[in-house]
Amino acid sequence: MEKELRLMKGNEAIAEAAIRAGTDGYFGYPITPQSEVLEYLMAEKPHERTGMVVLQAESEVAAINMVYGGAGCGKKIMTSSSSPGISLKQEGITYIAGAELPCLILNVVRGGPGLGTIQPAQSDYFQATKGGGHGDYHLIVLAPSSVQEMADFVELAYDLAFKYRNPAMILSDGAIGQMMEKVWLKPQKERSKEAPAWATTGKTPDRERNIITSLDLDSNKQEQFNIKLQDKYREMKEKEVRYEEFQCDDAEYLLVAYGTSARVCQKAIQLAREEGIKAGLLRPITLFPFPTKEIRRMADQVKGMLSVEMSAGQMVEDVRLAVNGKVPVEHFGRMGGIVTNAEEVVESLKTKIIGG
Amino acid sequence: MAENISPKTIIKPENLVHKRSSVLTDNTMHYCPGCGHGTAHNVLAEVIEEMDIQQDTIGVTPVGCSVLMYNYMNLDMQEAAHGRAPALATAIKRLLPEKYVFTYQGDGDLAAIGTAETIHSCNRGENILIIFINNGIYGMTGGQMAPTTLEGMKSSTSPYGRDKQMMGNPLKMTDIVATLPGTYYVTRQSVHKPANVRKTKKAIRKAFEYQKLNKGTCFIEIVSNCPSGWKMTPVESNKWMEENMFPFYPLGDFKVPEDK
Repeated sequence: MEKELRLMKGNEAIAEAAIRAGTDGYFGYPITPQSEVLEYLMAEKPHERTGMVVLQAESEVAAINMVYGGAGCGKKIMTSSSSPGISLKQEGITYIAGAELPCLILNVVRGGPGLGTIQPAQSDYFQATKGGGHGDYHLIVLAPSSVQEMADFVELAYDLAFKYRNPAMILSDGAIGQMMEKVWLKPQKERSKEAPAWATTGKTPDRERNIITSLDLDSNKQEQFNIKLQDKYREMKEKEVRYEEFQCDDAEYLLVAYGTSARVCQKAIQLAREEGIKAGLLRPITLFPFPTKEIRRMADQVKGMLSVEMSAGQMVEDVRLAVNGKVPVEHFGRMGGIVTNAEEVVESLKTKIIGG
Repeated sequence: MAENISPKTIIKPENLVHKRSSVLTDNTMHYCPGCGHGTAHNVLAEVIEEMDIQQDTIGVTPVGCSVLMYNYMNLDMQEAAHGRAPALATAIKRLLPEKYVFTYQGDGDLAAIGTAETIHSCNRGENILIIFINNGIYGMTGGQMAPTTLEGMKSSTSPYGRDKQMMGNPLKMTDIVATLPGTYYVTRQSVHKPANVRKTKKAIRKAFEYQKLNKGTCFIEIVSNCPSGWKMTPVESNKWMEENMFPFYPLGDFKVPEDK
């Protein structure tokens, strides 16, 4: 498969990109608005294309534990779901983090809580970036804001996940998953024939047995393991922060937004600048690690910040921590599956930050 | 004459009738005296050694008394969340179809919290071996009622005996999976007497051999004891098991391949 330009839904693009990235296994369960991922994979017969295993599990719980099993064999494994399904996967995700296994989890976020709605939302930010399951752990969290990034982040997520032996999440939303855009697809990458040294592939006489576990009953050892995890997260914060700036050079006011909200904010900045308001956008691409230093730096330049999220205000807490009281930081966003529009963002900037 | 009998005088190559399997590690098992887990581990290790498939075998351990099984088996192993071992094994086998894959699970793990994973793995006919240790109790957490706890049987959460009206009926998981088209070989054995140990070993060997055929799931229940949880001596527990567990969970084959 050569490099190719296609018109695709975000969910289809990420499924095709997963095949091309050399994914060994995908385990999923249907839920709106991400079912196209599993549907696309089943229709494409990746087993014939690359030998990739695709299986519809009996539940999200089973699917994430299949991810654990496959990842434990050193394979490139992926699962996808949407908010209520991601909640079900949290047990498996904390075990995967505890066993230090690389994998890719896609969350096409919909409004909650509970069964909520099937429309787009960004209200799973806390769950994605602060852990989600029990224990002190973090996922690597990437936030695509286009169909192109849905495709591109597959390989990036695998690279980071294997580099740090840590689960990576692509935190998308129902808008990015469902909308169609042009997308450049990369050429087919061969599936890896080699397993990492830690993988369970059968104990050969030349090495000790490999054990994949998150258990250590000795609390001293468990503390040492936790320290090691924290060191890993610290290293990610130093080396792996990714973000994008939009019209920040002369900005007096900063919008902070990711995913679909970042797209809306680009339009909002255009509208604001037509009114003479110098607004800029900082778009975190990695939500964990969060671009704390970059936002702190912007606090020296701007008069105030507005965190625009389709939630009651979750990322705004991380923005406030970064700014540490230097300038006002407020939140604006719609909830329950309503996508914020650009006019509302400008209005909110005026009333909450400029006028306030 | 008695002075001459010591380990030094007995352990000589010419007196050796049994040796520790090379598929077991040197770690001391943590199981209570008289518990069946050690024997079950041992026969499993012996089969893997005899078939010379150590480097082609991947095991999945449960949550329960045998959670630390990976400390005792000289094998590549994965430790699953409670009840999820068949999901792990499903992926391992599908990604490494040339390997032998087994799970080892207790009754709480397999027949309560992991019921869905058990039934769906068996129903899909995953080419794995599921070893199910049924001692009718949650041993590791201190003797609580299991899905397989017998009617009237006392546990720390059924202190007056299991009341079917209030607590439901004991679950015969092996009977259920035998009805599923995905299972290929289903049997119920025990490891409390030498003759039964031999039968169990034979069943495990058959199951691994069947795995080469890719015909479906092999499921071996081992009805076992829990002297600590049942608050009995090992000998009493085995007697109680024969008198109470076996009538409800009768030993024998449920599903045997016709062409073998």
